[in-house]
Amino acid sequence: MKYVLMFVETEQFAQDLEAMDEAGREAAFEAVGRWFAEHADKITHHTHLHPVHTATTVRLDGGAEPIVTDGPFIEGKEVVSGFAEIEVADLDEALALARSWPACPIVEIRPAS
Amino acid sequence: MGEQEAHEALARVVREHAGRLAACLMSLLGDFSAAEDLVQDAIETALERWPVEGVPERPDAWLLVVARRRGLDVLRRESTYRAKLARLQWPLPAEPDERLRLVFTCCHPALSRGAQIALTLRVVCGLSTAQIAAAFLVPETTVAQRITRAKKKITEAGIPYRIPAGRELPERLGEVLMVVYLLFNEGYLSSTAERAQARDLVDDAEWLAALLSNLLPKEPEAAGLLALIRLHRARGAARFDAEGRLVLLGGQDRTRWDRRAIEDATALLMRTARTHRRPGPYQLQAAIVACHAEAERFEDTDWHQIVVLYDLLLALVPSPVTRLHRAIALRHARGPEAALAELEQLGGALERYPLLHATRAELLRDLGRHAEAYQADVRALELTANPAQQALLEERLRWE
Repeated sequence: MKYVLMFVETEQFAQDLEAMDEAGREAAFEAVGRWFAEHADKITHHTHLHPVHTATTVRLDGGAEPIVTDGPFIEGKEVVSGFAEIEVADLDEALALARSWPACPIVEIRPAS
Repeated sequence: MGEQEAHEALARVVREHAGRLAACLMSLLGDFSAAEDLVQDAIETALERWPVEGVPERPDAWLLVVARRRGLDVLRRESTYRAKLARLQWPLPAEPDERLRLVFTCCHPALSRGAQIALTLRVVCGLSTAQIAAAFLVPETTVAQRITRAKKKITEAGIPYRIPAGRELPERLGEVLMVVYLLFNEGYLSSTAERAQARDLVDDAEWLAALLSNLLPKEPEAAGLLALIRLHRARGAARFDAEGRLVLLGGQDRTRWDRRAIEDATALLMRTARTHRRPGPYQLQAAIVACHAEAERFEDTDWHQIVVLYDLLLALVPSPVTRLHRAIALRHARGPEAALAELEQLGGALERYPLLHATRAELLRDLGRHAEAYQADVRALELTANPAQQALLEERLRWE
């Protein structure tokens, strides 16, 4: 089955990352790199999103003209920071992958097609 | 046979066969939702007809035939289903018992607690949607929706039909035992109004715990939960007086306890502890209840031993509710002052918990602080929705 793992950052996580020294940050990135390498046979695609302050939102439901605004579609303390598309047997395998994720503290799993 | 006994006999028969049939259909069809629908149809037909026609000699064969016929009917366009259903023959193979896979699927952590409970009752115990709704005092449509949504999630999110192995097992078993434990609690002392005791759920919980401890002989906590449920039930008759009011442990007529059942459950607990030497929360809770059950009079209770068991339990699972119960034991082991000091530390975490205030009231009364005790009883009464507990507290307020 195909699933998408959505990696979700919290404000606290972003602050912790900010507070790290160069070596700490490098170690954190390396852990993520290792995770992708270890599970390369199951990951079919992945994307890392740039920080939320770079986001632009277009709303098409407002009337005749689409409304363009600065920022994400929903303001919140938790923001999606990346995706990985995986191909595994079932939800238990997807859960095992998500549990071993070494970075941001929330992962949402959705079946996809 | 009275109506109640006939009802219980019917429940027993359905419980014995529904899960097996569901597991068998699931293996054949590979479709949880379709398998479950067929069994539910067969059960509903049985619940309509058996009370009128009598329980058939071979109830499992009867259910199988109805489920198969229904399957051929609704799934007639799918030729592969037809071929698979044709292989469904009586008697179903007794081994391996695939019901364990059913239980783990129903109690998968990706399902909400409410869905886990409703699914387990329906799929494994064979309750109808109407029976579940009646037991939890919710509209039937709510239960039906919850089950439909859960079955959809199982299929669409790819929740597997398997028994977790290795490192996964302890955690997943914990989830299953929690569902059974909640079911038992709901039945034993319902938190909802109108009826103080719902016997059916307690039967189902005990039956599930027995099934799990049979199918998972290497897991002592399953046997621990079974012993816990049996020890509570052995004292069930003394928990209510003739008017249906709750009687607390100290005031219970211990001659009405089922001594034989207490001995059996205690023996099961000892055997489990000796064989595995892996104490866990359910074994420890059962040991605490056994301590109470073994005392012939309230004054004979070994409170020091109970405090020690609570300490062990708290080391495994820290919880403010457990600390409250430990404080109650402490009152008898070391006196009301020690217990009250313990309670005052807990106040914040359990502010909305009626037993905290009811216990505080008793301790304050012990210490002669009657005005404060009265206030604590009033607060406890405000917070409880259980009619038996309410009656007990109201009586205490009248006597002040």
